Amino acid sequence: MARPPLTGPSAPTGPGGRAVPATLLRLATAGSVDDGKSTLVGRLLHDCQAVLADQLAAVARASRERGLAAADLALLTDGLRAEREQGITIDVAYRYFATPRRRFILADTPGHVQYTRNMVTGASTADLAVVLVDARGRVREQTRRHLAVAALLRVPRLVLAVNKMDLVGYAEPVFAAVALECAAYAADLGVTDVLAVPVSALHGDNVVHPSASMDWYSGPTLLEHLESVEVDEDPQALPARFPVQYVLRASESGPDAGYRGYAGRLAGGVLRRGDQVAVLPSGRTSTVVGIDRLGRRDVDHAVTDQSVTLRLADDLDVGRGDLIAPVSATPRVGREFTATVCHLDARPLRPGQRVLLRQQTAVVRAVVRSLDARLDLAALATAPAPDALEANDLGQITVVTAEPVVFDAYRDNRRTGAFLLVDPADGATLTAGMVGALRAAARPSPVPGESRVPAPGARAGG
Amino acid sequence: MRDLTHTAPPPGGEEEQGLGTPPAATLAADAPHPRLRLSHLEVLESEAVHIIRESVAQFERPALLFSGGKDSMVMLHVALKAFWPAPLPFGLLHVDTGHNFPEVLAFRDHVVAEHGLRLTVAHVEAYLADGRLTERPDGTRNPLQTVPLLDAVAKGGLDALFGGGRRDEEKARAKERVFSLRDDFGAWDPRRQRPELWGLYNGRHRPGEHLRVFPLSNWTELDVWQYIAEERVELPSIYYAHEREVFRRGGMWLTAGAWGGPRKGEQAQRRTVRYRTVGDMSCTGAVESTATTAQEVITEIAGSRVTERGAGRADDQLSEAAMEDRKREGYF
Repeated sequence: MARPPLTGPSAPTGPGGRAVPATLLRLATAGSVDDGKSTLVGRLLHDCQAVLADQLAAVARASRERGLAAADLALLTDGLRAEREQGITIDVAYRYFATPRRRFILADTPGHVQYTRNMVTGASTADLAVVLVDARGRVREQTRRHLAVAALLRVPRLVLAVNKMDLVGYAEPVFAAVALECAAYAADLGVTDVLAVPVSALHGDNVVHPSASMDWYSGPTLLEHLESVEVDEDPQALPARFPVQYVLRASESGPDAGYRGYAGRLAGGVLRRGDQVAVLPSGRTSTVVGIDRLGRRDVDHAVTDQSVTLRLADDLDVGRGDLIAPVSATPRVGREFTATVCHLDARPLRPGQRVLLRQQTAVVRAVVRSLDARLDLAALATAPAPDALEANDLGQITVVTAEPVVFDAYRDNRRTGAFLLVDPADGATLTAGMVGALRAAARPSPVPGESRVPAPGARAGG
Repeated sequence: MRDLTHTAPPPGGEEEQGLGTPPAATLAADAPHPRLRLSHLEVLESEAVHIIRESVAQFERPALLFSGGKDSMVMLHVALKAFWPAPLPFGLLHVDTGHNFPEVLAFRDHVVAEHGLRLTVAHVEAYLADGRLTERPDGTRNPLQTVPLLDAVAKGGLDALFGGGRRDEEKARAKERVFSLRDDFGAWDPRRQRPELWGLYNGRHRPGEHLRVFPLSNWTELDVWQYIAEERVELPSIYYAHEREVFRRGGMWLTAGAWGGPRKGEQAQRRTVRYRTVGDMSCTGAVESTATTAQEVITEIAGSRVTERGAGRADDQLSEAAMEDRKREGYF
């Protein structure tokens, strides 16, 4: 059956064709219950008026039932029965709020049980991470973990929210000391661009509205920063990466008969009609003769994050799991690589374990050849050759695959450099991986000379 | 920026066979300057397309839960675009409670005919007729959908169901994955959810298990309406302001009709209303509204102080954990 183009005349370039379209910012929050994270998130939603009357009424009712004097904004974000009953947060939750300039998707990651796994999950897609710290304490181990995870996951922007300023008399020196200590630790991790904001989530100071109690602070409120921070990398700075999801063929008859296109979502860069491309892992080359964008024929380009369909000049054998890239900047193809991982499953990961490796649209059989190191996040030091990686452990492993896989280093592309290890028997997601070795820690190992993590420039596991 | 992952040389083993130079900026200096920044709706649409295509590639027999309501219409619109110009590679499934709005059922059939789609309907009333299900004392049939739904999944050999659920709708949904694993009983176990990272969706499952897939997870009610306006998505008429015989119950305007209202003491009256959600007539409330176009609805929602479920769904107001309990039982 022939299909008419679906895009209406009012939207010649697809949805969002307004003069100044709102952009999307994905952020992750990290912090423990004690730091007041749920209160901060609740405050952000409340003061942005993302909390509507019926939700507020439900929170007020629940607060009264618990004998609280005022509505506890933390109850806005505790979604599940067990969480409300135990006063804990089990899992990553996603929140939505908006200002006229931006839409926000907030990954709210809990602070205590399985915090590393949850924060890794939230940070994996985040453009920005808000790390919460209690102004009363020195920077605790957990704050250091959160900063380290954000750095490892290469979250492009970091904000330190120094909370509970009301409990330290809104004193500037207290804020400065905490901010300085965090900045020093972040610098150890290689992160120099950290904005620190003094806030009181409980009273709303500097969350959405500027604080009347901290006139010594002249920087932006948390929301002002979220609204204005530049997070869009120029897509042209990365080479194009197009993982093929699905081969589209139109019906035998009708105006689109013979149509054959490769459907996928750009995982980096810009593709244009006329680009010379290679299909990997086979390495065959061709030319992009057409880009179709969701019902619209022959657009002239596609950028990172867009779902499109490519047509090639040559009749190559292209299928799901292949990756299309410009001939001038192809990714690597190989059967063995070193990766930095976070283990997610309750069952430990062991050397020699047989797994499935899911990377972009490809799934291949693989073996964990070796566990090379386990990272102690608090000390930023590595222990060599662990027997196993437990849930929430970060480490370095070497993986060998049954067939060649196409990948970039995670530092070059957060999408094509990422993968999951999956249990072939029950399908559970076991481990999250980033292609590339753990860099030798910035601080010395507890036992000098024993670290087997390779220095920069060395090759691990090979 | 230094960081914990190393810099050089690129990782890889003996069999590495990189074809060209390492990744680097390659575009010519005289490259044109197209509009490279995507609007939030373009990103959400592309994300939904990606999720739908992933599902079709990973599952043998997916189906789209389709009521004719606005979320399922947006999902269908996105799915048609995802596979254009090829036909939609899966069918539609509707669980009809017998209390559906006639306007919506007629609209559902019109859409199915227009696009040449395959629709399977599971009827709650068939289960009531032969005693496999019994009517609840409150007359609400939404909770009765679970059994016919799971039977349809088993009978059709379905291994994935697309749903229009959004995380902004309700607190339990805020924690659900895009690919949500269900056991043989369709049940959701929040503690057994798979972490989802980097937009990598793992649909691997054991026989008997299936997945619920939510391509619109990251959309809000406002996003849905903006998309409807910009893409001119057709909707059942009851989403827009119209005059209707309604009566007040539990703080909502309910439609008078054969399903059981108004009861004694409840006064039917004509009001200009529209629906923010469309479900079972017995528990879906209308709001007073004069919005007759998508654009007017957007203006109305932007100024609204009540969520769509708070305004219009009695079944969600039963308890603090109502949605969570129904999800655990295999309801969406």
